[in-house]
Amino acid sequence: MGIRFILMVNKQGQTRLAQYYEWLTLEERRALEGEIVRKCLARNDQQIRFELMFEFLCSYAGVLAGWLALNEQCSFVEHRNYKIVYRRYASLFFMVGVDDDENELAILEFIHLLVETMDKHFGNVCELDIMFHLEKAHFMLEEMVMNGCIVETSKANILSPIQLMDKAH
Amino acid sequence: MNSIFSGTRLRDMIRSIRACKTAAEERGVVRKECADIRASINENDPHDRHRNLAKLMFIHMLGYPTHFGQMECLKLIASPGFPEKRIGYLGLMLLLDERQEVLMLVTNSLKQDLNHTNQYVVGLALCALGNICSAEMARDLAPEVERLIQFRDPNIRKKAALCSTRIVRKVPDLAENFINAASSLLKEKHHGVLITGVQLCYELCTINDEALEYFRKKCTEGLIKTLRDITNSAYQPEYDVAGITDPFLHIRLLKLLRVLGHGDADASDLMTDILAQVATKTESNKNAGNAVLYECVETIMAIEDTSSLRVLAINILGRFLSNRDNNIRYVALNMLMKAIAFDDQAVQRHRVTILECVKDPDASIRKRALELVSLLVNENNVKQLTKELIDYLEISDEDFKEDLSAKICSIVEKFSPEKIWYIDQMLKVLSEAGKFVKDDVWHALIVVISNASELHGYTVRALYKAVLTYSEQETLVRVAIWCIGEYGDLLVNNVGMLGIEDPITVTESDAVDVVEDAITRHNSDMTTKAMALVALLKLSSRFPSISERIKDIIVKQKGSLLLEMQQRAIEFNSIVDRHKNIRPSLVERMPVLDEATFNVRRAGSLPASVSTMAKPSVSIPNGVAAAPLVDLLDLGSDDIMAAPSSSGADFLQDLLGVDLGSSSAQSGATPGPKAGADLLMDILSIGTPSPAQNNTSSVDLLSTPGINKNPSNALDTLSSPALPHIATTASAGGMFDLLDGLTPSPSKEATNGPAYPPIVAYESSTLKIEFTFSKSSGNPQETNVQATFINLSPNTFTDFIFQAAVPKVISVFFFSPLLSSYQNFFNIVFRSFNLQFLQLHLDPASSNTLPASGNITQNLRVTNSQHGKKSLVMRMRIGYKVNGKDVLEEGQINNFPRGL
Repeated sequence: MGIRFILMVNKQGQTRLAQYYEWLTLEERRALEGEIVRKCLARNDQQIRFELMFEFLCSYAGVLAGWLALNEQCSFVEHRNYKIVYRRYASLFFMVGVDDDENELAILEFIHLLVETMDKHFGNVCELDIMFHLEKAHFMLEEMVMNGCIVETSKANILSPIQLMDKAH
Repeated sequence: MNSIFSGTRLRDMIRSIRACKTAAEERGVVRKECADIRASINENDPHDRHRNLAKLMFIHMLGYPTHFGQMECLKLIASPGFPEKRIGYLGLMLLLDERQEVLMLVTNSLKQDLNHTNQYVVGLALCALGNICSAEMARDLAPEVERLIQFRDPNIRKKAALCSTRIVRKVPDLAENFINAASSLLKEKHHGVLITGVQLCYELCTINDEALEYFRKKCTEGLIKTLRDITNSAYQPEYDVAGITDPFLHIRLLKLLRVLGHGDADASDLMTDILAQVATKTESNKNAGNAVLYECVETIMAIEDTSSLRVLAINILGRFLSNRDNNIRYVALNMLMKAIAFDDQAVQRHRVTILECVKDPDASIRKRALELVSLLVNENNVKQLTKELIDYLEISDEDFKEDLSAKICSIVEKFSPEKIWYIDQMLKVLSEAGKFVKDDVWHALIVVISNASELHGYTVRALYKAVLTYSEQETLVRVAIWCIGEYGDLLVNNVGMLGIEDPITVTESDAVDVVEDAITRHNSDMTTKAMALVALLKLSSRFPSISERIKDIIVKQKGSLLLEMQQRAIEFNSIVDRHKNIRPSLVERMPVLDEATFNVRRAGSLPASVSTMAKPSVSIPNGVAAAPLVDLLDLGSDDIMAAPSSSGADFLQDLLGVDLGSSSAQSGATPGPKAGADLLMDILSIGTPSPAQNNTSSVDLLSTPGINKNPSNALDTLSSPALPHIATTASAGGMFDLLDGLTPSPSKEATNGPAYPPIVAYESSTLKIEFTFSKSSGNPQETNVQATFINLSPNTFTDFIFQAAVPKVISVFFFSPLLSSYQNFFNIVFRSFNLQFLQLHLDPASSNTLPASGNITQNLRVTNSQHGKKSLVMRMRIGYKVNGKDVLEEGQINNFPRGL
């Protein structure tokens, strides 16, 4: 089925949006979210430490900076029987749980499309936009993903019904 | 009025929740809000519903129960306005699931909305149905959805298509109805409709073979054309991602082609060109392009053989693997695992790079690479790869050591060319990561060591050296103390030196130091301490010169806080102290552990783990089906293991009681009051599943002589390598194989005058057994019994087998690391060993066929070591066949003449 769930989580590990495409009980969800967030955020912490060290190095060996490539951690984590594809945008983590046979790179691209779409609607989307317009974020997601499959990839097509509703209000 | 009951606005609620400092505070706020919402629901004001539901969604997202809002969703869905419906459907999708009864109520609303004049309402209903529909709903609403696939507006068509994927997954029977509609969607130009149509086709192909055939025949060419059009299309700003037009559609098309091409050479042939084009032309400097390439490679590898394309695919993977982006490397490793199946050589070429990935700082990459490496290993490269991995084990992160050591162990076990190499590598792994190694791994190591008799000396010395350096590695310590306990004498005397070894001088007290260290260290766990205690007992016999010191260490354990340790310490102490005469035989070296048995047990208990030894050293004799063998072994170990552990204390009491000559506890020797007798019954009952095979073995094990003759006691026999022999030799003669001349031959019997009257030992309607007695000359403890079996029935008995057992009163422990998965250390280190005050030896019967009214005889010899104090008692079982039907009779003989 492809996508099994989509999560948006802030830097503190609080869930800001959760959409599941398979049934999990409330307890299972809480546990799963907790585990995933811990795993991804821990990876990210390492990343940040590494980046700081790198910047520090660069400040002393400026010429080397261009030559040394920053070796970023990959965006995939295996957890239980899921593969989590995640990406951080400013203070928000976007995490998508997929089946094992899903194209991870495509999901990464999908996350980017989701962020771009939200950007287009909210104008530089941030955590608060999603919190206070939770239902709108869900409507957008509804236009993009149904039952774990991608419905639409054109930002204009995704947003047109939502803008229509905004006008009607 | 309203505002009082409906409480805060959504925005305010979110603010107050955000302001919470602690989880408890948050729970308080949520509880209050939930109460407000409930109150407002009871007010039943339609204007508040929208807001209530929005709040509920937020609360649900935070992980609080919101079931009380479910009915609100239904009310909102039923309301006429679009905004209400919209939030209602959203609530439905978030708060409800297909398993809830409430969902049944919504079917009607959905049906109405699917037929609504407003296409946006139809869209909402489709979306909800696509996300949560159950099998019943799918059946009820499928016709509506089928119709909507041909709707004029593409936005409805695409949603209807995805809704259908859920319907056919829920009810595969409905697939046929959607085949035509799905194939028409593939001709669409609208990307949304196309991508959903392709997904519907993919779904249909995977659940229905007819659909697969249909699409393969009718649609392959069309799909190839669509893919070509998209690949070659001019810049489309709406769908362009980094220079590639709609990569998502690309990927979906490639996925569908993969299913169509798999297993069909013609279809595969058709798509060769376009796949080659995608593989060569796609830009690979952006993620979108790589995603398409990745999918393309996967398709190339799945379709039927087109070797030139595969070379191309492998080259792309090679490029991916050397990419600096970790995401790309990750997918490359993922893909190479699949590529191994058809081109091992090509993947082997990247071995060095893959090994580098095992050492990557990124945990996800490491995990993938490690999986891949374990697939790459073969007989030729195992030594080199293992060396690399073990070298890395020394410096790897702590949290990675568990995975890494498990993989190394499974590789080493699977491919080890020789035992010494296996032992060496395992020692290295245990030294570096002994904390992380699973129980079955070190159990297996002990089994291998036990089987490599020429390496005992080498191994124990290597372990001794290793444990001095790495004493904090729990499993290393366990293996070391087991070996020191078993082979301590080889350690001290440098027996069996190999050419590669440096000679070391270890004194007896050095060896004991290691064990003492293990038993006294505060962080040693119970198993280790228990094993150390057993090792000490063994060493007390191996190193008589320092047995006083060993005794002191054992005595100290009497104060252990662990009950089990305390008890064993007391028992062992009494063995060391008072039973010098039986101690050497008691703590004799373990008989070689049976690898085959261990592997069967291990495979049984851990089906998932890779547990195959390269070559089991004991081959199962022919004629024995594998399954009964497993049964036998399981019975042989588990049942018996259970018995002594539950009554272990009694056993030793028995031992002491007998040795002190006090018979008060068991005076009269009434049969079966002791756990021992139950155990005996256990042994006998093992035969029940297949009497023909087991009878002899039970007889044998009961007749095994040996108060201190041989450790191949009753229980041991069952799970020792000899078992297959027993099982195959159904005739009574087979027992001589086992006894191996341990007993005097039957001809030695001296028949003195019958000083004792004959008895009728047993009588039933069909069978009578008479015993006549005679004493051996010179040994009053020994009695020869001639049993005569008389057939009282008109039928002939065939396969006649007589089994007899005598209760034993004393039991002694026999030490053995029976590698069971029981947590109780007692089970890990002991096997019960019963010394019988009564010993029984059966000679073969004169025949195993008992004709009608005929008789056969069989000689038994009973030795009563408590002669004069206790009288004989015997249990017996007779098995035979009448007209092909098994008959089993049991009885107990209490009427032996006094003084036997």
